Amino acid sequence: MADRNKGSMNLKNILANNAVPIIFIGLSAIAIPISGFSGTYLIQEMLTRLARNSFLVLSLLIPILAGMGLNFGMVLGAMAGQIGLIFVTDWAVSGVSGMALAALIGTPIAVVLGYICGAVLNKAKGREMVTSYILGFFVNGVYQLIVLYTMGKLIPISNPQLVLSRGYGIRNAINLTGVRHALDNLIPFRISGIDVPLATFIFIGMFCLFIVWFRKTKIGQDMRALGQDMKVAEEAGIPVERTRIIAILISTILACYGQIIFLQNIGTMNTYNSHEQAGMFAIAAILIGGASVSRATITNVFVGVILFHLMFVVSPMAGKELIGQAQLGEYFRVFVSYGIIALALVLHAWRRMRAKAEARRSLRGEE
Amino acid sequence: MKEKLQSFIENAGWPRIIIGLFLLSLFIAAPFVGVRLDASLSDTLVRVGMNGVLVLAMVPMVQSGCGLNFGLPLGIIAGLLGAVTSIQIGITGGIGFLIAMAIAVPLAVVFGWMYGQLLNRVKGDEMMIATYVGFSSVALMCMAWLLLPYTSPTMIWGYGGSGLRTTISVEGFWLNALSKYLHIQIGQFFYIPVGMYLFFGLMVFLVWGFFRTKTGTAITAVGSNPEFARASGIDVDKMRTISVVLSTVLGAIGILVYEQSFGFIQLYMGPFYMAFPAVAAILLGGASVNKASMMNVLVGTFLFQGILTMTPSVINSVMQTDMSEVIRIIVSNGMILYALTRKVMVKR
Repeated sequence: MADRNKGSMNLKNILANNAVPIIFIGLSAIAIPISGFSGTYLIQEMLTRLARNSFLVLSLLIPILAGMGLNFGMVLGAMAGQIGLIFVTDWAVSGVSGMALAALIGTPIAVVLGYICGAVLNKAKGREMVTSYILGFFVNGVYQLIVLYTMGKLIPISNPQLVLSRGYGIRNAINLTGVRHALDNLIPFRISGIDVPLATFIFIGMFCLFIVWFRKTKIGQDMRALGQDMKVAEEAGIPVERTRIIAILISTILACYGQIIFLQNIGTMNTYNSHEQAGMFAIAAILIGGASVSRATITNVFVGVILFHLMFVVSPMAGKELIGQAQLGEYFRVFVSYGIIALALVLHAWRRMRAKAEARRSLRGEE
Repeated sequence: MKEKLQSFIENAGWPRIIIGLFLLSLFIAAPFVGVRLDASLSDTLVRVGMNGVLVLAMVPMVQSGCGLNFGLPLGIIAGLLGAVTSIQIGITGGIGFLIAMAIAVPLAVVFGWMYGQLLNRVKGDEMMIATYVGFSSVALMCMAWLLLPYTSPTMIWGYGGSGLRTTISVEGFWLNALSKYLHIQIGQFFYIPVGMYLFFGLMVFLVWGFFRTKTGTAITAVGSNPEFARASGIDVDKMRTISVVLSTVLGAIGILVYEQSFGFIQLYMGPFYMAFPAVAAILLGGASVNKASMMNVLVGTFLFQGILTMTPSVINSVMQTDMSEVIRIIVSNGMILYALTRKVMVKR
């Protein structure tokens, strides 16, 4: 471990460890001038998007700490948050109190879903990522079953604007007029023509402090031990399964709050799509920020959100200016977000395999 | 008798029995709610033939221990390239279909080889990486479809004069090239595409035969115990590569069979989620993450496609709502989830 730290001092290793963010900075440096967006516009966009997405991305940190990889199951939390928002909109509770109520409704749902997710992942040790990914799809089916077929029938929804014309089931798009920008505009703050959603940033900052504190607690330390070696941790008397469930539970609850913050900024909710994108974008963002499947920091989160969304804003415009087709830039963006996840996963698996092979070789050499 | 039943339940597994019974009850209920049994059975059979080869494409990779082939879109892309190129050349009928295959298969071999090299470097994490390799190749091809210099007016956007359309009809080229060959039509509603079944049967037979050759046995050995296989002198990486190439080629052929019956080539995001129904079908047929047989393919495809065909018609008539999409999502992903969590328990 000490050797590795010393090694990382030289330039080559710094480059190798941060290859992904560096590539993205390069890409953005080319694409920004081509797109022709003004600096103020980009800064405003980045601030908005940073406030909108950071919380969701931060929710991925704790499972990574516990060695469970990227929690694709965070969409479960996002769904819980959306159910909360549906009820709040129905009851016409607006403003910050509406958001708080949505979170209050979402929390127990997220706890149940998070517990289920943790329990399922305990049965699939070593392939948490693919399992949590499929679990996301599965629960999405259950979510649709509930929202599309029981809401308005078994579960009373009084606001006819929310319900499909056939009498039950929630509409495809919900206007979140009540909670729109509720948190963002809580503390109005303007600096040289740029709106800063100060309250949201304070909230995110508080949450970062929570993560820093959490890592130092007993359970945070347990998780770190788990992340390094599950077997050793078990022999050291750490309740492995319980700790893993807690890690996923926290992540799911935070994703629930994250989705509520995300949607209050967007202002409309795609009942059947919003949560699916949440997972994909959050994971792409954290990986672009230089995180790996086994190691992620708060810095990774913020760098990742900025770089990913810079691509997001700039690439359709750059594609249009360059080739005359905005659609091309759009596809490029989709390609990048999936490609980057693929690349990060490959690099991680490759590194792990090489470490294993090296360990085997050194064992053989010593014997 | 009771013991026999118990061992049957144990072998088949509860999820498959429940889904089998569900399908059976759908078939029984169909005539009572005004759904024609012969028409729905015929629909089911057509869809089994359409999807069979795609499901078959799962087998080689499962057998070699590479897990479920979530990277199926890669093979599908090779098939799509073959399909659009064949239409560009403009030869119709069975020959056109053969040309599509002749172009798709070498491409699939190349793609599969590269994909295999990648998967050999990431042993143990294949499934997640395969999923994203599939996704990113689909997204990459989205750009390619816009830029490739195809000119056939049936395929490119009318107004722009360049770039392929999202859906291309194969009507007038090789629609039903296999299906209408030797097809049987009984009455107005019952129809069996014998040609497509012969082709599917041939594919199943070839794969079955392949796994009885020396190479095929070696691949199975690698899948069941890589350490043992290495010790007995089998080149593990080579066998895995062969299986991945084979899966990719079957994926390419599979999509062509699908398209000639379906009638349309779906480009852009079309192939995106196509791996999931195939994965779910083979698992429904009783395959596990590291073992699959021809029987699993046949049973699984029939059960899965049966549910897909029967739920919309029957459930709609009973409840006046279309729940088929939700049921499809829950059944297919539930099945995958079951398989992913089960293997570890068996290992213990």
